[in-house]
Amino acid sequence: MKQKLVVIGAGMASGRVLEQLTELAPDAFDITLFNAEPRGNYNRIMLSPVLSGEKTYAEIVTHDADWYAARGIKTVLGHAVTKIDRATKTVSSAGVETPYDQLIIATGSAPFIIPVQGHKLPGVVTYRDLEDANAMIAAAKPGAKAVVIGGGLLGLEAAAGMQLRGMEVVVIHLMGHLMERQLDPAAGYLLQKSLEARGMKIHCKGATKAILGHERVEAVLLEDGTVYDADIVCMAVGIRPEVRLANDAHLDVGRGITVNDAMQTSDPSIWAVGECVEHNKQLFGLVAPLYDQATVLAQALLGQDSAFRPVQTATKLKVTGCDLFSAGDFADGPGREDIVFRDPARAVYKRLVIEGDKLLGAVMYGDTADGNWFFGLIKDGTDITPMRETLIFGPAYQGGAQADPMAAVAALPLSAEICGCNGVCKGKIVDAILGGANTLDLVRATTKASSSCGTCTGLVEQVMAVTLGDSFTANANPAMCKCTDHTHEDVRRLIKSMALKSIPAVMQELGWRSVGGCASCRPALNYYLIADWPTEYVDDRQSRFVNERNHGNIQKDGTYSVVPRMWGGVTTPSELRAIADAADKYNVPLVKVTGGQRIDLLGVKKEDLPSMWQDLNAAGMVSGHAYAKGLRTVKTCVGSDFCRFGTQDSTGLGIKLEKLLWGSWTPAKVKLGVSGCPRNCAEATCKDIGVVCVDSGYEISVAGAAGMDVRETEFLCKATTEAETMEIIAAFTQLYRENSRYLHRIYKWVAKVGLGWCQEQMADLDMRRELYDRFMLSQSVYQIDPWAELSKPDQLAQWAPMADLSLRAAE
Amino acid sequence: MNWIDIGALADIPPQGARVVKTASGCVAVFRTAEDQVFAIDDACPHKGGPLSEGIVHGNAVTCPLHAWVFSLETGMAQGVDEGSVNSYPARVEAGRILLDASRLARRSAA
Repeated sequence: MKQKLVVIGAGMASGRVLEQLTELAPDAFDITLFNAEPRGNYNRIMLSPVLSGEKTYAEIVTHDADWYAARGIKTVLGHAVTKIDRATKTVSSAGVETPYDQLIIATGSAPFIIPVQGHKLPGVVTYRDLEDANAMIAAAKPGAKAVVIGGGLLGLEAAAGMQLRGMEVVVIHLMGHLMERQLDPAAGYLLQKSLEARGMKIHCKGATKAILGHERVEAVLLEDGTVYDADIVCMAVGIRPEVRLANDAHLDVGRGITVNDAMQTSDPSIWAVGECVEHNKQLFGLVAPLYDQATVLAQALLGQDSAFRPVQTATKLKVTGCDLFSAGDFADGPGREDIVFRDPARAVYKRLVIEGDKLLGAVMYGDTADGNWFFGLIKDGTDITPMRETLIFGPAYQGGAQADPMAAVAALPLSAEICGCNGVCKGKIVDAILGGANTLDLVRATTKASSSCGTCTGLVEQVMAVTLGDSFTANANPAMCKCTDHTHEDVRRLIKSMALKSIPAVMQELGWRSVGGCASCRPALNYYLIADWPTEYVDDRQSRFVNERNHGNIQKDGTYSVVPRMWGGVTTPSELRAIADAADKYNVPLVKVTGGQRIDLLGVKKEDLPSMWQDLNAAGMVSGHAYAKGLRTVKTCVGSDFCRFGTQDSTGLGIKLEKLLWGSWTPAKVKLGVSGCPRNCAEATCKDIGVVCVDSGYEISVAGAAGMDVRETEFLCKATTEAETMEIIAAFTQLYRENSRYLHRIYKWVAKVGLGWCQEQMADLDMRRELYDRFMLSQSVYQIDPWAELSKPDQLAQWAPMADLSLRAAE
Repeated sequence: MNWIDIGALADIPPQGARVVKTASGCVAVFRTAEDQVFAIDDACPHKGGPLSEGIVHGNAVTCPLHAWVFSLETGMAQGVDEGSVNSYPARVEAGRILLDASRLARRSAA
């Protein structure tokens, strides 16, 4: 006879219990799940993206009807359990009694409502479940006004979500700074400044006196007399455990339902889990400890020994792009010391709280990359004395034996994943090394580690160093590929000094070991020859990677993407019509707006490419080179023509730059951004080359990135006119084209040659002019639309199969 | 052997490939820098990448999706990757490319 298990509440904690129980012992229990909300378990953490419109409810459902059905779980949704009768071991819901052998209470928490006048008016909501989010979404007409009471995590997420929906948002917060439970005053202040810069109004030290309105909410009145108009008011001032059922059943209840280490209440057949419990006088709200509780409870129900031990948790949150991290205890106290780092210009703030030789807490704002490292030090109680001097700069600055990064790698278990792209763990790499793979290339060849995106190369080398000991020497400047011993730099230099003007000439003169090179060196050589001999060398399509050969990004199913150029991100109704027509005509499965302000038509068959290009050409569009190691996009904001803050015509300059640079081949992709004012809506400061317009001219910065690495651009120089800006950018691009190693983006190249050197070249006006002239010479050859070239009548045959034997073979 | 003419050598660029459609998928026909021709299945055994779109070097091709390298002569994956694709007899006669249709037919029957 199976035991009857009744669960009250379908939240994230009880959901995890059910997952574990049905996995560990699918047949142990006859389970009935009650939920007052008319739905099963969904990911409440993701309510904010639903509120802001970035996700839909369907995307955050974790358990749907099928999930419950597949596990034989009976669900009673939309009916609250009103009573637990411990004597008869039954629960009542909507007049029906359901017996239980084991009962789990997972009623979660209820939002705290400030009982001020008007708190029951229509239009006053809390922020707890989907109904609340939907009420806010319904109120979110552009220009509508929202007041959020409470500047904690939930309140700010609600505020940010409603602001993204176009509402004017005021946040009223009782305390002196935002998120006082996670942030200290300085970080709270930075957060407030950043939210205010985004247009949110923040009112700290604001106590709500009354909510005003007749039929529904109209305004919020504060104790200090301030009145904020409101179409909707969201109360997010805190939560309290929902313990009414437990109280009525006379279970032990403190602030929450009291449980022991096994999550058992004072009644041995009743258990509790989640936000409604109190364990060792502590309440829990973050998801990590709730999941731990769930695991313990599932094991306890199956008769296994298990005890809940709360571990410290860190909060790392994204509130509308503000990067925050906090962990541990960061309150001031006797015997505690602070190490503080502030960089006002970058809006970076870090504070470490130390007691004796231990790190107790960390608060970070703006740059949180080292958060997990600090969290580890806090959790492990590491003695930080030896690295105290450089502690705040993070793990990258911990030289010496005490904080050796090698030690961290050596300490990794063999099952630790090193290469995420290819799923290679440390053990596999160690095995390969012990099996004789003593160079990075050999490790790559035998394990595939670091052979895809390359970001783990450093880690792989560290594993090699740990495994091989002194016999390992990292090769700072390795050979170009297995076909030669020359480095990229050698090859570039020799191509120029020996006047080598074809791929066979390079391979012959420089002693290539392979016949015809390989898929790694051929595209590089083709690029170097194009860049150095623009009028003499003829582009070799067969040495190009498929994307550049076929002028579209190959997709995993062998189809391609087609992206027309949209100069500066500006388009017209007739272009959009032509794009829509092409999408219809060629049955394009996915039409997507790209990050570079244009439209991607994905899933196009190779044989359809030329006719699709012809159609788009006919509407005046050319290839966007969205696949190229070349100029991709110039992202712009609307600039002075429309924007009230714009200082210059950023859109116009962006279009001119794109028309100047398009078609040029570069060592790696090049993306530009032009922002019309320092608000930087075009995100120009994370591009390869960025222009930020100011009243007095144009600030040009370079070497940004937002990919595998994220970097802010560095200031190159300032120009006073559009013409000067364009000359500098073309000259700088040419400097990059002539000097960088293939596949190195501008930021990697600048890191090698130094920004100062680049600035010197730009400051030497003769040099700059010569670079510009060489760039324009190359453009005279290469600024051609590949779509038009490759869809000419004599080119059409190559896109189709050369023969069709499908009928013949069937005979 | 049943040689059939599938097109001119000039239809394929040196160090390039074209596909031939058959009832059971495409066959990639390669032309090397030395004007040799080879025919192998067009689908990489790893993730089905179109080998005809790979870079041809020597008598080998690198798959465009994840850089597996195959011998055009044997269809065997090179290096550590394990796997192979079928290869089919092909030759050039008077500037025309000929494939062995009987081998292709056996493939579709299999």
